[in-house]
Amino acid sequence: MALAAGRWTSIVGPNGAGKSTLLRVLAGLLPAASGQVLLHGRDLHAWPRRERAQHLAWLGQNEAAADDLTVYDVAMLGRLPHQGWMQPPTAADHAAVEQALRSTQAWDWRARPLGQLSGGERQRVLLARLLAVQAQVLLMDEPLANLDPPHQADWLQLVRDLVARGCTVVSVLHELSMALQADDVAVVAQGRLRHHGAAQDAATHRALEQVFDERIAIHSVAGQWLALPRLHAPAC
Amino acid sequence: MALGTQASPAHSPGWARGLGALLALLGGLLVLLGTGVGSTGLENLWPLLWGGQGDAAERAMALQIVWDIRLPRTLGAWAAGALLGLAGAVAQGLFRNPLADPYLLGSASGASLGVATVLALMGGGAGMVGGASAAMAVSVYSSHWLVRLGLTGAAFAGAVLAVLLTLALARGVQHTLRLLLAGVVVGVVLGACTSLILLVSPDSLQAMQAFLLGSTGFVGWTSCLLMLAVWLPCLAAAWGLSRVLDALALGESTAHSLGLRLAPLRAALVAVLALATGTAVAQTGLIAFVGLAAPHLVRAAVQVTHGRLMLLASLMGGALLAGADLLARGLLAPQELPVGVLTAVLGGGYLLWLMHRKTATRGLL
Repeated sequence: MALAAGRWTSIVGPNGAGKSTLLRVLAGLLPAASGQVLLHGRDLHAWPRRERAQHLAWLGQNEAAADDLTVYDVAMLGRLPHQGWMQPPTAADHAAVEQALRSTQAWDWRARPLGQLSGGERQRVLLARLLAVQAQVLLMDEPLANLDPPHQADWLQLVRDLVARGCTVVSVLHELSMALQADDVAVVAQGRLRHHGAAQDAATHRALEQVFDERIAIHSVAGQWLALPRLHAPAC
Repeated sequence: MALGTQASPAHSPGWARGLGALLALLGGLLVLLGTGVGSTGLENLWPLLWGGQGDAAERAMALQIVWDIRLPRTLGAWAAGALLGLAGAVAQGLFRNPLADPYLLGSASGASLGVATVLALMGGGAGMVGGASAAMAVSVYSSHWLVRLGLTGAAFAGAVLAVLLTLALARGVQHTLRLLLAGVVVGVVLGACTSLILLVSPDSLQAMQAFLLGSTGFVGWTSCLLMLAVWLPCLAAAWGLSRVLDALALGESTAHSLGLRLAPLRAALVAVLALATGTAVAQTGLIAFVGLAAPHLVRAAVQVTHGRLMLLASLMGGALLAGADLLARGLLAPQELPVGVLTAVLGGGYLLWLMHRKTATRGLL
């Protein structure tokens, strides 16, 4: 499986297929059962930790909430890979945090504790923490959790902007219609990669329908691909 | 743009708050030095020490009361509280649990077992001293240096060995939950061993009780300086590791993804926790709730990252224990209450209030 630089890849599959596990392996948080993960052609685990963290940012599913920290403090944690031991944040760190918080519309709450925010607001702060790393490769596990439709659209625009700037984005999404907005789709089932191809390809759509037991059908509506449920399984 | 001022919830200038805190500190110190019984109260000591009244013997005695007894006791109570407050902040950050306290890794039960063992070996009477309570004929806080060295050494060694045992059972510090469970298991098992020793050696019971209740009554200059000497490097180390705790608040995977080498950093935090707790317990016995309450009181007042929390929780712990010590001396004068009883009652009340507040605001604790 090769993830091309400057593209957005969605990892999709049924519940328990191994999507989050795959993302954690890509992030270096779990060892691969077999094979190896290469980042820019170099074994992921051969990278110095801080250098790897500067290149590869990860946003987890249901990331623990640091209720006592302010929004600004949480976003500043994204700058840890760039800061020396006990070194105070630099002007560049503050600028990166401000940019990240503004891009997720969380700047206005920067002085509020995370514990006082709603689930969606909190998710936007955690997203800002990811963006503050300013990594070239961004891995996101269910980044749309708790986001309302307008903020889902904002997230989509944000990802497109990141990709336009040359970043590589890999996201695990259970919302198939949103996943089909990506450049590429990796279809995972029962712990194995079943298909990896462009989101527009008919073969990708077919693979998706198969791993979901033909309980979905993919249609084109107003120029966008939508995954709609089939109410009854086909008789055979 | 001034980020610091926008993020700060406080309104008064920093120098004014600092000056206010300093004046409150000096006032508190004066009250603590002056609190005594009968002729040893501040109103009697002041004319002797600074008014030039009384004869040389009376002035020497007044000086001895203040310099050799009350000042080291007051500073010692503050230092022990500061160590426990710091350890509490480290424990709550490390275990990501607001109800974690410094004794979670088994240090309290280890120290108790160490003291119980020494008391049993000494036949139950480790120094016959009137001490904090006239009714307490046998105290673990003997003024005899050999007895003190044996008991505080046993308490410290017990605390450190218990933490090491916890680490061994948890197979290192990689998994927080395993560490927490191992600490609970060690606490229960060592507590049972202590009970067994006390059953075999019932003469130790009264002396052991003094240790379990905690007291600052016999903290001298040596203990005081030792605690301060441990507090400073522990505070510096905890402050240096505070960003790790901030990152851990977002989860271990996130902290790992931010490039932090968690195992050695967590081991360093455990070392700070064990050293601070072991030192305080060895000098003052088991003083409950200071380590639990101090970080909560700070968080209730200000929004801080772990860096500031380390310093403020430490200062708060010192103020709490010094205040509890004052109450212990003054509430039932001329009788003196064990300070650990007061901190347990006050801390327990605080915990109940905390539970009530959380239940009211979030629906559950």
